[in-house]
Amino acid sequence: MRKRQPAAGARNERRETPAPKRRRTRGGGSRISAWLQEHPRAALNSLGRLWRHRLASAMTVAVIAIALALPGALWMLLANVQRATGGWDSGARISAYLDPSLDADAANAVADRIAARDDVHVVKRISAHQALAEFRDLSGFDKALDALDRNPLPAVVVVEPAGLGERTPADLRRLGESLQQIDGVDRAQVDLQWVQRLYALLDLVERVISLLGVLLAAGVLLIVGNTIRLDILNRREEIEVTKLIGASDAFIRRPFLYGGLWYGLLGAVTAWVLLGTSRALLAGPAARLAAAYGSQFRLQGLGGAQVMLLLVVGAGLGLIGSWLAVGRHLRRIEPG
Amino acid sequence: MIRFDQVNKRYPGRREALTNVSLHLPKGEMAFLTGHSGAGKSTLLKLIARIERVTRGTLLIDRVNLATLPRRRVPWLRRQMGIVFQNHHLLYDRTVFDNVALPLVIAGYRSGELRRRTRAALDKVGLLDKERQMPITLSGGEQQRVGIARAVVHRPPLLLADEPTGNLDPALSREIMDLFVSFNRVGVTVLVATHDIALTEAFGLPMLSLSGGEVVRDDFAGVNRATPA
Repeated sequence: MRKRQPAAGARNERRETPAPKRRRTRGGGSRISAWLQEHPRAALNSLGRLWRHRLASAMTVAVIAIALALPGALWMLLANVQRATGGWDSGARISAYLDPSLDADAANAVADRIAARDDVHVVKRISAHQALAEFRDLSGFDKALDALDRNPLPAVVVVEPAGLGERTPADLRRLGESLQQIDGVDRAQVDLQWVQRLYALLDLVERVISLLGVLLAAGVLLIVGNTIRLDILNRREEIEVTKLIGASDAFIRRPFLYGGLWYGLLGAVTAWVLLGTSRALLAGPAARLAAAYGSQFRLQGLGGAQVMLLLVVGAGLGLIGSWLAVGRHLRRIEPG
Repeated sequence: MIRFDQVNKRYPGRREALTNVSLHLPKGEMAFLTGHSGAGKSTLLKLIARIERVTRGTLLIDRVNLATLPRRRVPWLRRQMGIVFQNHHLLYDRTVFDNVALPLVIAGYRSGELRRRTRAALDKVGLLDKERQMPITLSGGEQQRVGIARAVVHRPPLLLADEPTGNLDPALSREIMDLFVSFNRVGVTVLVATHDIALTEAFGLPMLSLSGGEVVRDDFAGVNRATPA
């Protein structure tokens, strides 16, 4: 018969005998091995409890899955749109205005130098003479132009970025700046408006999706929190009994925290399945649409890193949600 | 083991449940705690298990002062005792084995030792053949024995029982009480609250009696102010 003695550590203890007694422990390292045994046990127990109430659990998991899949799907859509529009930047053009003091031959030489670059390809060369003729036709300032003793308009070389790689407005601006460095180029103007509008729109959509994501994440927290709260209230008697038997707060808390973790993780896995299914259903039509535009575009799903992120976010939200519920409700339950 | 010193307990909005209670249950002893319902037996047990807190006075359990015991140490205190409840307080969604093993799970025993001790406790109360059953399939006496096995499985130095025979017939009550006596023989301090006079007389153990929240009989101190019922 082994009797446990009271711990020597408790402060302010009034003792009948002054001799301090040490509490016997179950050998070194037992705390860690007990921990290693206790956590898998709690994790499996709460998974088993989810399985025993599988209809209710499935509904909770489905709600979490939808809440996670919605921003996931929008994000997937956005990523695909960004990829699909990546090639459309070729619509952006740069006009290089040459120095007006150059004569026709010198201007041609500068245009040749621009044409020799790999990063651009020349769409159009407009000589000073052509520019003046065009302006005369369009503006109707014939008389005024005749009064000038020389052509005030510069020659222009219109170029597009070469290659099919993705380009951002910043890339285009850099390209314009490098053209401006060329001797004989007076000014290079980047026509970014169209690209900038598209990118601004995509930025806006991305922001909307982030906001929606935050709202739905809060929704997941509330769902898990409420589910765990009900679970705690349903198991009130069990909690009281285990407290009476000497369970610590951590011991009582643990299965509920694992319950929340499982809800979140299973919700995330279900969301992943939903997203994968949606992608598979849309892949055919999307490919046909792309083919009609002569594009090789293919609808892409979530990558490995994104799936990991989805699972981590789901499990994290579940854990936090249950932590909030447990913190609020478990302490209030005391045997009495 | 248990020492009450001038203990008062008042529940909010009610008259005093315990008034100036001073008594001492020495280590290794077994005693009956008797009194009519409302005499303060349950309150006294609740104070010992730190379910309720003392309003005034000092209560020491194995030299630990419960008034200054911090909240986080309460689980540790409760692991030093086994408690048997009148209404069993079993977990009805778990097997008999899992119910009895719970205190060992809480204390972090490894599975081999846990199984050995749980089966030993079940064997002691004669329910080893029912370890896989659910508590609801057992009779009242058997459920009480499951509760007793759970209270002693971690071999606590102190065993408290609140009306453990309240719902049982005399033969079963005797059986249960015999179990408590056998635990006391191996050194466990036992305190059994009961209003079953026939039972207390049959066993002839020391008595602590309460009436109206005051001690009227303390066989350890040789006090007997009890008026025969």
